[in-house]
Amino acid sequence: MIWRYAGRRILATIPVMGFVALFVFSLLYFAPGDPAAIIAGDQASAEDIVRIRASLGLDRPFIVRFGEWLWQVLHGDLGTSIFANLPVAHMIGQRVEPTLSLMVLTLLFAVAVAVPLGVLAAARAGSWIDRVIMLFAVLGFSVPVFVVGYLLAWVFALQLDWLPVQGYVPLARGVLPWLRNLVMPVIALGAIYIALIARITRAAMLEVLGQDYIRTARAKGLGSLPVLFLHALKNASVPIVTVVGIGVALLIGGAVVTETVFAIPGIGRLVVDAILRRDYPVIQGVTLLFSVVYVLVNLAVDLLYSVLDPRIRQ
Amino acid sequence: MPVLGRRAALTLAAGALAAPAVARADAARVLRFVPQANLSSLDAVAGTQYVVRNAAAMVWETLYGVDASFTPRPQMCEGHEASADFRTWTFRLRPGLRWHDGERVTSRDVVASLQRWMVRDTMGQVIRGRLDALEAIDDRSVRFRLNKPFSKMLFALGKSNAPMALIMPERIARTDPFQLIGDYVGSGPMVFRKDEWVPGARAVFARFAGYQPRQEPGEWLAGGKRMNFERIEWQILPDPATAGAALQNGEVDWWETPIPDLVPLLRRNRDVVVDIADPLGNLGSLRMNHLFPPFSDVRARQALLMATSQSDYMEAVCGGDAALWQTTASFFTPGTALYTEDGGELLKGPRRYDAAKQLLAAAGYNGEKVILMVATDMAITKAEGDVTADMLGRIGMNVDYQALDWGTVGARRAKKDPPGKGGWHIFHTWHAGADCINPAPYTALDAGGDKAWFGWPNSPAVEDGIVAWYDAPDATAEKAAAAAINRAAFADVVYIPTGFFRQYQAWRRDVAGIARAPFPVFWGVRKG
Repeated sequence: MIWRYAGRRILATIPVMGFVALFVFSLLYFAPGDPAAIIAGDQASAEDIVRIRASLGLDRPFIVRFGEWLWQVLHGDLGTSIFANLPVAHMIGQRVEPTLSLMVLTLLFAVAVAVPLGVLAAARAGSWIDRVIMLFAVLGFSVPVFVVGYLLAWVFALQLDWLPVQGYVPLARGVLPWLRNLVMPVIALGAIYIALIARITRAAMLEVLGQDYIRTARAKGLGSLPVLFLHALKNASVPIVTVVGIGVALLIGGAVVTETVFAIPGIGRLVVDAILRRDYPVIQGVTLLFSVVYVLVNLAVDLLYSVLDPRIRQ
Repeated sequence: MPVLGRRAALTLAAGALAAPAVARADAARVLRFVPQANLSSLDAVAGTQYVVRNAAAMVWETLYGVDASFTPRPQMCEGHEASADFRTWTFRLRPGLRWHDGERVTSRDVVASLQRWMVRDTMGQVIRGRLDALEAIDDRSVRFRLNKPFSKMLFALGKSNAPMALIMPERIARTDPFQLIGDYVGSGPMVFRKDEWVPGARAVFARFAGYQPRQEPGEWLAGGKRMNFERIEWQILPDPATAGAALQNGEVDWWETPIPDLVPLLRRNRDVVVDIADPLGNLGSLRMNHLFPPFSDVRARQALLMATSQSDYMEAVCGGDAALWQTTASFFTPGTALYTEDGGELLKGPRRYDAAKQLLAAAGYNGEKVILMVATDMAITKAEGDVTADMLGRIGMNVDYQALDWGTVGARRAKKDPPGKGGWHIFHTWHAGADCINPAPYTALDAGGDKAWFGWPNSPAVEDGIVAWYDAPDATAEKAAAAAINRAAFADVVYIPTGFFRQYQAWRRDVAGIARAPFPVFWGVRKG
């Protein structure tokens, strides 16, 4: 049953991806800017730029370029970077590990911190503990990632000399060096995510804690922790899972800033650099990748709903 | 249970004690450099980006190279022979030159490389226009045969501005001059490690074991390029605050372009040195579109010239650090041989806004929108654009301030469409002082109408001056030509120089040997 449901959902993503591909290509086609002008540099003439445009094939009609790109993508080829002359797939491959490390660690860190905080705030609703947690949530949501990043770097790198300011060490070179470089980025990026999940967890828990079966469980003499985590949290988990899923999009956006502040060579920086230079194949490749990831995460969330609440499948 | 023997324990202890020294020695063999921008390609012939030129100058060499006095000296060549009429130039490669893949450098490589360069470079195009033949005489000798004298051949082959006359293997040099190369085999002192390249994040250069530096001391692009590092790692740090923190924390050794805001902070750090490394600095530029009203009328351009306050521009660009800038009524770099202020009177003295308004009215300006393209993602152009918006407002112009990124400005400035239909009126940029020392590398000074640089100024007097400079037989004649160019360029307002400014560089105190040059010179630098 669940497999049929999953199959239907996967098939439904195909037109979505097609639309994303067309949208991204059109957006870039009509956006101002020209990679030829950037390759040519400041000393080049207008004629030089025209010649470079022609040599790159950028003077061909929209439909020809889109058709060619789509054909390549359908054959598993994301094209070649206009500037670096390297395959886009290779460039993405170089950047996947840092971004994946950052996102997965941030997600784990945020869920591990935010869910207990949200549960605690709901359990002590109206108390000073609740207020402190919610104050923290408001701050986490309001302070931009780069401000948190700079503050962390100033304290832990420049003042205390505990952690490096920037860079990334691959996991293959040891867990500790890998973690050392990711501690500050994960905290900086996680702050906003913790705030979001903690607030949603608190709201969902408050709704569940007011229900009859919770009162019954307490009347039966169950302790606070089993009531909160075994009875209430499971039923409050659907909105929490939803917001975790939505948060992946936030993470993608936040990763761009975090990777820039901490000079992590991830996909976020790759796409920003590509946008600034109008490296069209790279922008298209990365956007397509982000779209696939986002669609898959949403699919996973939908499937999880049906596990957590079988009524949804009907 | 195994027991650690006495000898093994001593060995381990000695190893542990020696470890920091080994780490220090390793660190001294690697230079970590933060360049001015992302290294997106490595072709300094097809493109003219300074960051690309800086990297390419480590990987490839030129036949001649300029020293700190802009005198061309032999680099890949043993020397040359020139006929008395400067129509025949013969160059002979020095023996033992090898490409990074081990193959010998031959005259065929030289011919193919120069043919590609001549298509793209201004001086190359002049040579090409006078060329009867460029031929390989034997494996190590090439000869130019020209139909008109060209006395500036050595400077053309050895100049530092892009497109540089870099010598590449023939197979690479056969690439279309308008396409970027993808094979980075050179003969310079450093090998580009393509396998370690992460565009936008990191570029690595490893010492070329087969490189034989010249015996003379190294100076800019001339002399012996002795590398004291096994590796030079370029770390692309787009965020200045991160770059500054990384330098203070010892994670990088040398930062090419610290922003003025961070300089006081860096100066307070005892482990960091901040200094002006490029004495030739930069000329700020306000560029008008000469094709459309109001700036198709010279009076409108002159109106802007008499309203331009260079000190306003320079304070905005340099953040109030008076040591970094000076006003200059010249199109040439202050302190260099051709510097002249002939004809620059309109830029001097108090600004005359009322007179500028009258000139604008005489030019027929009647409050139409003036499109000012401002690249707000670059601190210098953003500062210049803000000052210009204010200045245009003072003389009664109706400013359409368009905040764009440099990528958009770079593309749009090439459009000759009317300003209301995708074109433009004004944009800002700046020119490296090293490019403004004489007319040859100075594309912004060309005033040949349709063929000129963006804005397409048309000034026959400037063009005559440039031709006179090319044909000048001696330094006196060159100076006279420069003075004529300066006068004509101000009279026709080819563009408006917004002032001369320098920029700081910063490096760790244990780094020594950084040359004062218009580009980062890595040979001769050492650490520890």
